[in-house]
Amino acid sequence: MVEKRITIINNAGLHTRPAATIVKIAAQFKSEFFILKDDLDINGKSIIGVMTLAAAKGSELTLTFDGPDEVEMAEAITEYFNKGFDEL
Amino acid sequence: MIDLEKENVYKGIPAAPGIKIANAFLFKKEIEKVTDEAITNVDEAIGNFTEALAKSKKELAKVFSLAVDKLGRKRAALFEAQIMILDDPVLVNRIIDRIRAEKKNSEFIVNDEISKYQDIMTLSHEQYMRERSQDIEDIKNRIIRNIRKKKWKSRISTGEVILVSNSLTPADTVLFSRMNVTGYITNFGGLTSHAAIVARSLNVPAIVGLHDATENIKNSDKVIIDGFNGIVIVNPDDEQLLHYQRKLKKLEVVNIELAKLRDLPAETLDGKKIDILANLDLNEEIELIIQNGAEGVGLMRTEQIFQEYDSFPSEDEQSEVYSNYAEKLYPLPLTIRAFDIGGDKVLPVDVQEPNPMLGWRGIRFLLDNEELFRTQIRAVLKSSIHKNIKFMIPMVSSVSEIELTKELIAKCMAELILEKIPFDEHLELGIMIEVPSAALMIKEFAEDVDFFSIGTNDLIQYLLAVDRGNDIVTNQYQGFHPAVIRTLNFIINEAKKTKTKVSLCGEMAADYKAIPLLVGLGLDSISVSGSVIPHAKKIIRSLNYSEISVFVSQCLKCKTEKEIHDKLDKFYSDNFSESSNEFYSN
Repeated sequence: MVEKRITIINNAGLHTRPAATIVKIAAQFKSEFFILKDDLDINGKSIIGVMTLAAAKGSELTLTFDGPDEVEMAEAITEYFNKGFDEL
Repeated sequence: MIDLEKENVYKGIPAAPGIKIANAFLFKKEIEKVTDEAITNVDEAIGNFTEALAKSKKELAKVFSLAVDKLGRKRAALFEAQIMILDDPVLVNRIIDRIRAEKKNSEFIVNDEISKYQDIMTLSHEQYMRERSQDIEDIKNRIIRNIRKKKWKSRISTGEVILVSNSLTPADTVLFSRMNVTGYITNFGGLTSHAAIVARSLNVPAIVGLHDATENIKNSDKVIIDGFNGIVIVNPDDEQLLHYQRKLKKLEVVNIELAKLRDLPAETLDGKKIDILANLDLNEEIELIIQNGAEGVGLMRTEQIFQEYDSFPSEDEQSEVYSNYAEKLYPLPLTIRAFDIGGDKVLPVDVQEPNPMLGWRGIRFLLDNEELFRTQIRAVLKSSIHKNIKFMIPMVSSVSEIELTKELIAKCMAELILEKIPFDEHLELGIMIEVPSAALMIKEFAEDVDFFSIGTNDLIQYLLAVDRGNDIVTNQYQGFHPAVIRTLNFIINEAKKTKTKVSLCGEMAADYKAIPLLVGLGLDSISVSGSVIPHAKKIIRSLNYSEISVFVSQCLKCKTEKEIHDKLDKFYSDNFSESSNEFYSN
């Protein structure tokens, strides 16, 4: 299992468009992917789940990846977070 | 005259001009009632559910392609997420598993499972999360309705109707724009709400902010909508009907007259030319603006883009939008106003201010969020290659703010030169005059900027210290207060002394009664919504500048708003034929 701590850095936070993109990226991999925020544990392959996360700029999230391609998946997803969802 | 006190007469905010008499179509979001029922045939229930998903996907795909067509690909992205929910593997599998395990009807499980997510969203203190929960409600009802194989009842089949609703979502407005809707009435919303914007771009009357419209109007009620004066009459009596039928007939004559004015300049009888510019909110409005003979765009509100995008648009996204507008308008000028965030406009960050109208808004917010401001400046510069873009800064109150802005613009220009990206090096920069301190310092500001645009909505509220959103003091919000007229006079005179262009873009410019006053004060240009342009032209072309300036000098001596109102009313009845006067006053 791979675990990553990340911070939301774009101004608008995790709104609908990045939520959709995250799910689309996740769908390309086989591993399980969860997003932890406060006491919510959200399946990262579920758009409706990711949409329930109110993650404003500065929010801290924990991402976990578990499965055969967990390393590649973790890399792809964290890269998208670290790019500020292409909104910087 | 219509008796406003009659109990079937309601008053709202006039959002798009015109008069229509038609039956009401009450648009209420259907909420599907769901009960918990035991079932025996589990496979059939699962089959119904997956069929409903497929049907819903088809429906949304239609909305999506229509939205791409009407609103552009970026704004349509909103609907894409909705379609993805129908494919959500976690949600879909969980629902199927539960139907199998609990042996309950699929509507119940769908409702129960999706409502869980909504509950989390509603608990959030962020406004947009509550709105998002509404979007999810839409999806949920769509699936349940399709499980029940019910048709979408809100479809309008025959005849022209006036649409009455609580508020309108982007999806609703996109769909209704294809139907026979000849007028819009909504409980909520202001001049910049979806219904208002769409109505103006489709050239049909609209009245918003009527509070209880959906309570007071029933389906198929006969309704008169008067978009000039914001009046709605429900099931009119013979006298009211006759009054408006006469108005409609005259309006037809006036419209033919107005059509002839399109290619004629807005010039007074004694040859003073006024530039009529348009306020622009939506892509579709451009054609109407050009068709109605606007001489450019005097105010393009950019905060609209980010509200509909659900986030701050990137530099490329912004420059795509601005370039598109600039190209369509070329050679006419496009005045882009920097993001005017704060006050009554939602802040993108969660900040609670005790007094937002006096708080972090306009240029104050932009200078504190330099990256965001830089992104917009660069996007504006990149779109300026045809040299028809001007840039305008809102809520300026001190010279230092404009100095800092100019430094930032210079920095962005230097970057673009290094990056070898072309732009207009002489891009005109202007400021909104909407704070009294700026109004008093026109002479000093004139050294730093190329033009001024008076924003009357805020100027009036700051000058009179009256919150225009506060019902208790609404009578104190006087657009024709002598202090307002004198301040306008001061601004225009000072600007002229420094040979700086000055325009006016508040709601006042769209008030037919105010137009003679504004012309008489010596304004060279006004900016109004596209559908108002022909009416404004008609009024200006029947004025005599030398007469009207004498009239205005009398108004400047008035002590009360009432005196000014009475003078204007008398002026109208003396100078306009009865036929046109009727539309411009109630």
